[in-house]
Parts: sequence; C-alpha cells; structure tokens
Amino acid sequence: MAGRAGSGAGMVEGARWRRWVFFYVPLTFFVVGTLFPFYWMLVTAFRPDGELYRPWRAVNNTPFWTTQPTVEHVLYLFKQTMFASWLWNTMFIALLSTLIALFCGLLAGYALARLRFPLAGGLGTGIFVTYLVPPTLLFIPLADIIRDFRLGDTPWSLILTYPTFLIPFCTWLLMGYFKTIPKELEECARIDGASRVRAMIQIVFPIATPGILSAGIFAFTLSWNEFIYALVFLSSPQQKTVPVGVVSELIRGDVFFWGPLMAGALLGSIPVALIYSFFVEHYVAGLTGAVKG
Amino acid sequence: MAQVMMKDLNKKYDEVHAVKDVNLHIRDKEFVVLVGPSGCGKSTTLRMVAGLEEITAGEITIGDRIVNDLPPKDRDIAMVFQNYALYPHMTVYDNMAFGLKMRKFPKPEIAKRVQDAAEILGIQELLKRKPRQLSGGQRQRVAVGRAIVRHPQVFLFDEPLSNLDAKLRVQMRVELKRLHERLETTAIYVTHDQVEAMTLGDRVVVMKDGWIQQVGEPLELYGKPANRFVAGFIGSPAMNFVEVTVADANGALWADTPGFRVKVPLASAGRLGPYRGQRVTLGIRPEDLRVATGSDGADHSFDTVVEVVEPLGSEILLDLKAGPNVIVARVEPTVRVKHSDKMRLALHPERVHFFDNKTELAI
Repeated sequence: MAGRAGSGAGMVEGARWRRWVFFYVPLTFFVVGTLFPFYWMLVTAFRPDGELYRPWRAVNNTPFWTTQPTVEHVLYLFKQTMFASWLWNTMFIALLSTLIALFCGLLAGYALARLRFPLAGGLGTGIFVTYLVPPTLLFIPLADIIRDFRLGDTPWSLILTYPTFLIPFCTWLLMGYFKTIPKELEECARIDGASRVRAMIQIVFPIATPGILSAGIFAFTLSWNEFIYALVFLSSPQQKTVPVGVVSELIRGDVFFWGPLMAGALLGSIPVALIYSFFVEHYVAGLTGAVKG
Repeated sequence: MAQVMMKDLNKKYDEVHAVKDVNLHIRDKEFVVLVGPSGCGKSTTLRMVAGLEEITAGEITIGDRIVNDLPPKDRDIAMVFQNYALYPHMTVYDNMAFGLKMRKFPKPEIAKRVQDAAEILGIQELLKRKPRQLSGGQRQRVAVGRAIVRHPQVFLFDEPLSNLDAKLRVQMRVELKRLHERLETTAIYVTHDQVEAMTLGDRVVVMKDGWIQQVGEPLELYGKPANRFVAGFIGSPAMNFVEVTVADANGALWADTPGFRVKVPLASAGRLGPYRGQRVTLGIRPEDLRVATGSDGADHSFDTVVEVVEPLGSEILLDLKAGPNVIVARVEPTVRVKHSDKMRLALHPERVHFFDNKTELAI
C-alpha cells in the first residue's frame, strides 16, 4: 500500500512519514520561500498608502492581505514618473541586444561545434572565460570606451555592451545544442546539393529551434534585468531602463515609495513571465538538448 | 552511370594513417562492397569519395572527372547513412524532394520522381508523415528513396542496414539487391558484415588497418583467400586455423600437428615444397569437414573429442578437440553426438588452405 502510494510522489520510496519528511516538507519550504516575495510585491503594489504606512502593531493592521485594493500606485507610475519610457527603453534595448547576441552566437556556436580550424578549442575556452569576468569589474574599462565613442546616456551604450556577456552565453548554449544534432544530417544535405551555409540555414537551424529559443529567452531576460551597466551608462531619467528607473526615481534619499516601487517591479516582471510561459516547453527541450528524429 | 577510380588514395588524421595507398577501379554499374572490421578505413574511403573527408594524397575520379577538389554537391552522388539522417522537421515527401529542390528541378518533375521512387520502395502512403512517425525499416526506405530520386551517377551506402533488426536486415538486403539490378547504377557499399558483403557485392573489397587485403568476386574470396585475414574474415563460422609442420614421408608431404596428421593434396604439394620442415598454418572451413566414414582413408581423417554441440536446425556446429587444437565443424543435423563423445572427422583434401606463418599470405 505504502509502496503504491509512494510511487505517486515519485521521488522517495518507503513509509509515508519518509515521504513527508524528505519530500513534502522541503518542497513546501521551497515553494513558500520562492513565491512569498512575489506575493509580497503583489500585495504591496495594490495596497493603499494608508494601509502601507500603518504601524505594525495597529489593531487594524493586515500585513498579508489588503482590504481596499487600489491601482493608485500604477497610475502614479505612468502619470508622475517616466515609467512608460522606461518600459519602452528596456524593451528596445533587450530586443536589439538579444538579436545581436543570437546572430553572433548562432554563427560562432555553429563554427565551434562543426568546423575544424586551428585553435578552435582555445577559442571556445576563450569565449567562455570572457563570460566569467564579472560586470562589476568590466564596467570600468567599458565606461571609458562608451565615453570615447560618445555613446553615454544613449540606448546604444547598452545595446552594444550587453552582447559582451550575451554572446559568450549564447555561443556556449548553442554550441552544446548543435553538438547534439547528428552531423550526418548536414552531410546528407551537402550531398543533396546544399552548400554548407545552406545546409546550416535549412537543416540545422530549424532543428535547433528549441535551443535557439532558449538562448533567445535567456538573453532577453538577462538584458531585461541588467542593472549595473544601465546604472552606470545612463543618467537622464527619460533614458533609463525599468530596473534602474524604478530604483533611482522611486527611492529619494531615504524615502522609499513602496507602493509605486512594487507596482514598477510587478509591471517590469510581467513581460518576462509572459515570454517564459509561452515558450516553456521549447525552453526545457532546449536546455536538455533533445533532438527527436 | 559512371566508373569510380581511386588512385594511391591516402588519408591521414593527426596521428592516425586511416587509409593507405588504396587503388581501386569500380566499373560502371558495378556493386562494390567495402568490408572489414571497425577502424579498417572503409568508411573513411567512402567519405572521401563523397567529399565529406579531405583527401590527404591520391586521386579520385568519378566518370571522367577528377573530384578531389569538388564539393559533395557537385559530385553527382547520393549517400545513404547508417542512422538514416532523415531531416526530422520535414515530411517524407520533402525529405525526398530536398535534393531536387536544391537543384532547381521544376515542381511537376519533382512530384513525378518522388512518386516513382515511393512506388518502387512501397512507401506511397508515408509521403505526408514526419520521420519520427516511421519505423526503422520505413525510415531506411525513405533514406534510400531520397538517394534514388536524384538519379545520381554513384550510390554510396554507409552501413545502411546496421540499425535494423536481423530479420528486417535480411529483407532489406534482398530489396537493395533487386533495386540495384533495376537501376543499374554504380554503387559502393560499406559494411562490417561479411554476409552482406558476400550477398550484395559484384565484387568485394576486404580492408584491414587501412590496407586493401583482397579484391574479388564473393566466391573467389571464399574459395581463394589471399591471406589469413581474408580467410578468417569471410565465411561464418570462421575458418579453422591450425599450426602444422610440413613433413616429408613415404614420398608425400604431410601436415603434421600433435592432434592429427593429414596428407597434403598434390595440388598444394608443389607450392608447399619449399616449406619442408617448417611450420605453416593450415586453414580448413567448418563446412569442409565431415564425419568420417569407413571409406575415408587415414591420410585425410583424424580423431577428435566433442566439446560443444550447437544445433542450428538446418545443421549442427560442433566444437571439437583434436589434440591441443580446437576445431569447429559444420555437420548434418542428423548427426547425434554429445559432449566428450569420440568422433572421427574427415576433411576435404582439395579445400585445405595453407598460409605462411610470417607473411600470413596464402601459399
């Protein structure tokens, strides 16, 4: 009986208490720990100021839910701040840098996975090492370059710097994916009459769609959430991205505008959440690298 | 339709010399099988013909063109791969039409050719399916179909049947042979399975360690192996090898070993003469041994003890011990013996092979 029930849980064999101790309890902690901040963000975003700044010990304090939900913080964001521009900036920068990174990553990943050329191995490792240099170090020389090219305070300062960490990432993910595709498929296409480039575009890329999608989604999320470069390279309020704009414009000195802050965070995470939910199946297939032939 | 010539063909990877001085003339419409154990260079040779591997040295001619520097698409060849290599994102129809589309054939012509090929292979019903919805045998047919729609000058097969189960393999083997007789296109076929090689090939090329060991018609390889390797590789169960001393007695040559002593037939005696007193390897196929009868003389029969009995239905394989030597014999299914029975075997004197111990070449 216990055995049959145990197979339902899937992970842990044995007595019922073992399943609770080793499976359900840790899982509950994990789920609550992961989701609670999001819940807190949601509640705060729709909580009126009166409730927000109520003393903790007040009789009518309800910290975990709200009795009078309001959209005043959202309206404040769009009317009193440049949130709409920030959203647009973030979208524009993230999309463009993702496209650049995908284009370079596809070609580089393919070359590293398939072509035999001198120093191929060293080059692959080199690209990976650049990914390991932390942005907190890299922004100092990059700031210099951005200034030299007079790109400071323009979206291009980010569109051109994000690929520095996106391209290595995409290259490695796609290289791994290309390696799972049997090379006979391409060889066959080349015998069938395609050039190498044609075989790559017509045979390899369509098969690699899950990998390309996950690289794209990941790159998009990374640029959407990026903070340090955006903070350093952009200064005027109308140029900022969502992560920087929300933090720099809604925390004034030591005053935190909690309601708009959380509303901004909420709205900022919606596009990413939407993209993930649309492509989640491809995304998982891309990471596990499964080509079904 | 074209002949294929390989002249002093060599392939070297960084450390490995995979193909060594291969010279081969494949005639127009001929079906040639390259066979050998894994790592013998057969696939590499085929891939050089296809243009998928660069040629280190030597020359390949297809038809009357030297193709060394031609990309695969310009060689007018078609290849069938072991893992089928069907394009998973395309339907069967598109898989077969891909090569024709690449060559900008008009649409009606493509449709006609795909239909024709599908009919030949019996896969008309599958044209709209994706490769993942097909069984192994069906995929193999599609892969063959994709090759034949283009009417190439040469077909290349790289172990095309190895991923199929035994029964299907036999069936596809027959189909491939029938197909070749119908299409009359030059074909080069790579396999490690000597049965496939013998049944399919007009001629068979046995390779080992990058060298060609012997080129010949199947029965020629079987009957007159050029060396010990070919003798052991062709035929199943493999030929028995016994080290013997060539002895001179009573005006004849004898092959002498602690297990038995047989008279060298006159045909071989001349060639074996110089080896008098030396050790050579005697080879005898399991099917050239039989249970001795009263009429078999002592000069080509000997005593053995049965070790293992393997009844196969149509025949029985016996593992026998003759002195220190283990010998496999293929006998009639009516023979009733069991472990440790004593048994007298006779060998077919004309079908005994001798090999030089040093060079391993046939004597």
